[in-house]
Amino acid sequence: MDTAVAQQRVALSKLGAIDCDVHPDAPKRADLLPYFDEYWKEIVISRDVDRLELTGFPTSTRPFFREDWKATEGSGVDKLRKNLLDSYGLKYAILNCVTGVHAIYDPYLSTAVCRATNDWLKAEWLDRDPRLRASLVLPWQNPEAAVEEIERFAGDKRFVQILALCQGEMPLGRRIYWPIYEAAQRHGFALGVHAGSAYRHAPSQSGFPSYLAEDYVHHIQGFAAQVGSFVAEGVLGKFPDMKIVLIESGVSWLPGQMWRMSKDWRGARIEIPWVKEPPSALVRRQIRLTTQPFDAPRDPGELERIVEHLDSDDMLLFSTDYPHPQFEGEAAIPAGFPERLIDRLVRENALATYPRLED
Amino acid sequence: MARHVVAKVDELDIGKSKLVKVAGRDIALFNVKGEFFAIANRCPHEGADLCRGQVVGLAEAEEPGKVRMTRHGELVRCPWHGWEFDIRTGKSWCDPARTRVKSFDVTVTKGGTLTEGPYQAETFPVSIDEDYVVVEI
Ligand code: FES
Repeated sequence: MDTAVAQQRVALSKLGAIDCDVHPDAPKRADLLPYFDEYWKEIVISRDVDRLELTGFPTSTRPFFREDWKATEGSGVDKLRKNLLDSYGLKYAILNCVTGVHAIYDPYLSTAVCRATNDWLKAEWLDRDPRLRASLVLPWQNPEAAVEEIERFAGDKRFVQILALCQGEMPLGRRIYWPIYEAAQRHGFALGVHAGSAYRHAPSQSGFPSYLAEDYVHHIQGFAAQVGSFVAEGVLGKFPDMKIVLIESGVSWLPGQMWRMSKDWRGARIEIPWVKEPPSALVRRQIRLTTQPFDAPRDPGELERIVEHLDSDDMLLFSTDYPHPQFEGEAAIPAGFPERLIDRLVRENALATYPRLED
Repeated sequence: MARHVVAKVDELDIGKSKLVKVAGRDIALFNVKGEFFAIANRCPHEGADLCRGQVVGLAEAEEPGKVRMTRHGELVRCPWHGWEFDIRTGKSWCDPARTRVKSFDVTVTKGGTLTEGPYQAETFPVSIDEDYVVVEI
């Protein structure tokens, strides 16, 4: 281990680092079966609902999993402890379940699988290690049931966030989702928007890509569209206490969009007069980004300039994106990240983002 | 500072604007509900003629979808990219601290008094029994 990396590791544990994007193993039918009622047990068996994968993140595809982590003995929480919680000395890790649960069409099946997944997260992960926290998965196409699910877990502070995909059914700013945000804000949940597509639409604005290499970067278009939607539809002003965390989006794409939206707003604001401040100010106040992957140039000296372009010390949240291979070895904090902001990055910003997370 | 006679009061109806040239400068003159205001004609963004902008009210909303119009006829919208300026102050509505056009003091004065003071009528003769718009530069 080189010294910079060793120092980083010490810093993470000393500062009580909070990892804001960790993926548990994707649950299979056998894992979820105990959490379904009789009817849904019958359905998932007879309809052969088994490997709930997202097309964009097939669990069998090599580039998505880091070989050294994969090779560690054990499974579930044990493996996560060895690979991440213990070895990085984390204070908390927030689990994001990004599976086919987000892409089910049937609103009732979706509700049942979300409920089962949340119960499974609680029993198989949260109950087994006090450092674990999680995001609730929700049936977004069934807002009433989504609100019920938020209410069902409101008393369990280990769930700190609700989770959506950056490319789902509709832009997330739409009013149809507001009852979900109302419940989330009332109970102090943040809204996490994770890379991923339910493939209701082509993942690029220009049609379907041919290759995985394209597909992965197209998520940025999805994130950009969601930021536009949150701003223009007025979600940020309407739910000012709910932070929105863009997870696994990269970082460097956002300043350009902030500048552009603020400029266009000056001429187009009469269409959206509820947006009373420059969009960049709203984004800075309420939108957060996790730091893996960090789309920085090779020269670590340039990274600080990207961070400066955000013009805010509050927006970045430390993440590893475990078990995906976004960085080499243990260099989870991107090289060149300004020293003066490390404390905020690994801890303070997360505490300010997730009111349910206790210090 | 000199005072310049720029128009006859009845030349400019409520809600209308007019370009006047004073001491070599282009100035946009507005009649807002019977009061006159003058701002520099050049938009601070990319220089469009503000005298050609639409005179508008202010669209405001406390809530998404619940919009009302206030301050009827008190803003001008730049004809090029739509930035809104407060005709009374020259300040941009979106960025009042940093983006503004210069505004000038305007008074309405009886023709009878205009021959006495340090007034200049640059483009027309002044007659005793009419009211005039006077810009101070
Ligand atoms: S020139 Fe006036 S808004 Fe662009």
